[in-house]
Amino acid sequence: MKDIRLMKGNEAIAEGVIRSGCDGYFGYPITPQSEVLEYLMATKTKERTGMITLQAESEIASIHMVYGGAACGKRVMTSSSSPGISLMQEGISFLAGTELPCLLLNVVRGGPGLGTIQPSQSDYFQAVKGGGHGDYKMIVLAPASVQEMYDFAKLGFDLAFKHRIQVMVLSDGAIGQMMEKVELDEQIPRLTDAEIKQKYPWATTGKTPDRERNIITSLDLNPVKQEIININLQKKFKHIEETEVRFERIMCDDAEYLFVAYGSSARICQKAVLLGRARGIKVGLLRPITLFPYPSKELAKLAKQVKGMLSVEMSAGQMVEDVRLSVNGAVPVEHYGRLGGIMPAPDEVLNVLESKFIKEKNYELHTN
Amino acid sequence: MSYIPTREEIIEDHDNVVYERTCLLTDNPLSYCPGCGHGTAHRLIMEVVEEMNLQADTIGVAPVGCSVLAYDFMNIDMQQAAHGRAPAVATGIKRLMPDKFVFTYQGDGDLAAIGTGETLHACNRGENITVFFVNNGIYGMTGGQMAPTTLPNMKTATSPFGRDTESMGYPLKITELIAMLPGTYYVSRQSVHTPANVRKAKKAIEKAIQYQKLKKGLCFVEIVSNCNSGWKMTPEESNKWMEENMFPYYPLGDIKVPK
Repeated sequence: MKDIRLMKGNEAIAEGVIRSGCDGYFGYPITPQSEVLEYLMATKTKERTGMITLQAESEIASIHMVYGGAACGKRVMTSSSSPGISLMQEGISFLAGTELPCLLLNVVRGGPGLGTIQPSQSDYFQAVKGGGHGDYKMIVLAPASVQEMYDFAKLGFDLAFKHRIQVMVLSDGAIGQMMEKVELDEQIPRLTDAEIKQKYPWATTGKTPDRERNIITSLDLNPVKQEIININLQKKFKHIEETEVRFERIMCDDAEYLFVAYGSSARICQKAVLLGRARGIKVGLLRPITLFPYPSKELAKLAKQVKGMLSVEMSAGQMVEDVRLSVNGAVPVEHYGRLGGIMPAPDEVLNVLESKFIKEKNYELHTN
Repeated sequence: MSYIPTREEIIEDHDNVVYERTCLLTDNPLSYCPGCGHGTAHRLIMEVVEEMNLQADTIGVAPVGCSVLAYDFMNIDMQQAAHGRAPAVATGIKRLMPDKFVFTYQGDGDLAAIGTGETLHACNRGENITVFFVNNGIYGMTGGQMAPTTLPNMKTATSPFGRDTESMGYPLKITELIAMLPGTYYVSRQSVHTPANVRKAKKAIEKAIQYQKLKKGLCFVEIVSNCNSGWKMTPEESNKWMEENMFPYYPLGDIKVPK
């Protein structure tokens, strides 16, 4: 019989990491994602699977604990929300420079600064363009349901170890806090130390006579070597762009107009598509699931078919830049966003789509 | 006349060897200035790791600072940590690999300024790691700037008229501070500037490594050292200056020993 439960998004990803064989979680409480740490503590991970759960003294310490564990070839993760993720950027850059696999969760809240605890999508640039110093990218997964919060734990770890890269699940306060049914999988056993040593020969597991010492570092003072390191990193990102793009097409086949949205906004647009169809507007939705790598080719294809695209985000217009880069002027691309923790309503975004592309007269847009 | 062996032949006969460089130091030439204490500290730690047969069980964490390249010299698995974060990195390692010997090797700027939070909380949680802390009262690699442990009135690149405690604060006795925490098990301050001190320092290092196996808390060995380049002195002058100025403020000896 299937194991189906009603869970919060934050709880679902916590359960997901346990079941995908996670070895360690290091984190610091922050709203709206504290349930991740709370759930892991309450479920006694050490007794269940041997997984270590530790509350660190700060987000900075958390991410560097992740670094230490990841460098040992362990499946490790941390989670936080926007201000905490900003603090982690130093460590994320070091993880990128040393190509260490790990899972990161950002349950985004409104910013800038302390902002608000309500959902937002204003950390897109930070997640997708490389928020720390240096030329790097992470794989960024955008869940639009509690089920995906759960599923992306395993997917995230798998991608992280496949490419030796950091995977960030870019969620938001709504997906993290809302409850939906989740179908759970069987427990995947954690790797033994012997399996790790065999599978990940780069890991610092203790120097044995059969190999040279392993060093995890992002430092090379020789610029010629450092350039080669960087070029190889870029090759890896290119390879990921070619092989790991994920997206969902919703009523795109006959669409004349297109919403482009991820996460909570995609859920809103999904409803707006149905409302639009009821009004006789042939509208579809492209939902990027990976934000890096971005489904640029799919958007370029759709640009040949539709008359206009509306990028809907809970931000002042971040992802819209990638939509415009993807279609390269082939079709008008507009942005609609709500800020500071406000979520748009389905009829609101549909009205915007109509006013931008279909009706002559501009609507008086809904504001607070 | 009986055969007189050459010097090389005498050395080759292993029975005659009274002292050897530990095989856990690599052949890479040390990047430290002549006269600096880092090389001796590296050697002592690696000697103890070798004598305790811990090479396969050791994971070291190198900091940012002069010893950022410690992994070039120590023939063990090592991770390079961001500035000040070594105790957090070591926490991540030790929690997931509890049977390994995990140590950090940090300078004063790394451990007592930018990494104060990580240091204090790793100590307070009683992480079963060993911290080696080289305190020379200055930022060596960056070019001789003021450190948290710079003495009052001491001249550095960023306190060119001397450390004015009124505006720049006081030298931080972080070792005394962490010794007060219940999470630390063994805390000692040593130096490596004379043969006698080298022997004492090695004993402290041995204890700090041995005690980690007991899993009773964090072991901490500070090594007060010179920075002849940063202090703008000859090695000999710097050692004398250290004895006269650093040791009164940072007195040597065990600060916390197991009951």
